[in-house]
Amino acid sequence: MLKARVIPCLDVKDGRVVKGVNFVDLRDAGDPVECAIAYDAAGADELCFLDITASHEERGVLFDVVRRTAEACFMPLTVGGGVRTIDDIRNLLLAGADKASIMTAAVHNRDFVRQGAEKFGSQCIVVAIDAKQVGPKRWEIFTHGGRKPTGIDAVAYAQEVASLGAGEILLTSMDRDGAKSGFDLELTRTIADAVSIPVIASGGVGTLEHLVDGIREGHASAVLAASIFHFGEFTIGEAKSYMAKAGLPMRLDPQTSSVQ
Amino acid sequence: MSVAIIDYGSGNLHSALKAFERAAREGESGETISIVSDPEAVRTANRIVLPGVGAFADCRRGLLAIDGMLEALTECVQKRGTPFLGICVGMQLLADRGLEHGVTPGLGWIGGEVAPIQPKDPSLKIPHMGWNSLSANVQHPILADIPTGESGLHAYFVHSYYLRAANPAHVLATTDYGEPLTAIVGRDNVVGVQFHPEKSQIMGLRLISNFLRWRP
Repeated sequence: MLKARVIPCLDVKDGRVVKGVNFVDLRDAGDPVECAIAYDAAGADELCFLDITASHEERGVLFDVVRRTAEACFMPLTVGGGVRTIDDIRNLLLAGADKASIMTAAVHNRDFVRQGAEKFGSQCIVVAIDAKQVGPKRWEIFTHGGRKPTGIDAVAYAQEVASLGAGEILLTSMDRDGAKSGFDLELTRTIADAVSIPVIASGGVGTLEHLVDGIREGHASAVLAASIFHFGEFTIGEAKSYMAKAGLPMRLDPQTSSVQ
Repeated sequence: MSVAIIDYGSGNLHSALKAFERAAREGESGETISIVSDPEAVRTANRIVLPGVGAFADCRRGLLAIDGMLEALTECVQKRGTPFLGICVGMQLLADRGLEHGVTPGLGWIGGEVAPIQPKDPSLKIPHMGWNSLSANVQHPILADIPTGESGLHAYFVHSYYLRAANPAHVLATTDYGEPLTAIVGRDNVVGVQFHPEKSQIMGLRLISNFLRWRP
């Protein structure tokens, strides 16, 4: 049986983890590679890096981070942030990312999704959607960290990018992001039920029950969270055990990434 | 002993290389692992790995684009019995044909075709993406020390098509996604896995280690 996934997400700027991670004693809590190794050992099902480096010229640092992570962690890695061209996707995949997450570029040019999927396969293309509620059962896409409205309906957009070949949707509620009050379950369920590709729920996790709700009530295939894991409120293992006890199918394999 | 991971333009092989190197180091099997795109390097290898991501037809085209590669593979795997591991689309290519974007011939080493996953339950998403458990149909050295079943270890899958083998005896293990999907195929010196061992943490490293020790 396919298991629900728990995905920790690290914000990376100029090759360093923003705010750091302090759930274990790391030599360098700001090193994304060390954090990735710790999450690998903790049983994360996938990893996500969100690059928030302001300047496009500094991207070389990110590729190095991705390369070193892929050498050390034998688990799926999604990288997003500033992915604007086919070359950006190619460079991330060549560095060792398994999936590239695209957002603003897809909003401005839907065909970018199709081109990416045709070139590299749907399995590599994650479309990130930042949505805000604008009315009853109506959500709109926002860019620039939720500051810029686009007038685009989130549900119709999700269906469109799915039909263009996106392999997965990373859905963030900008109303809930950072609020720790739980996912926007109505948004998550509406989009998950509207598309045939997997949806990752993101934005608003404050408790382990929220993770359960995202899968059970939101119909998401995976849940993504940042702060509750980074600051040691809960471990990945606690989250997955909690979700398993709630009756969700979870992967609870032993996590020594070594061969006997 | 040398292991050749074939590079035919189908995606990044860096993590596959690193996973094989780690399994070789920790299993103390002493293999040297190389990424090769030269048919002569395939001929001198003691083990051959064919990865593959993307579409079936693209992968086939990429393989045929290397002059002499198909002949070298056929000679080593079919005539000399060199141990072979296909991964993801590299496993699907073992079939007679693929049905993704039209009909494309495969290597034909495992009879059958590669068909779309069409779950009856609409809540089952396509691609089949994530961690799933395996059901073993037979005992095979490739699965040594890998517990299977719901309480066993999980493998990382990402695919929308699956290999429907003509001979059920060639299906070594399945994974459940509304119906049993082929997860591992094998016959003689050939095995193929639908999932990504290089992305499957401990399960993947054990499987790679088993392949490196396998004496078919």
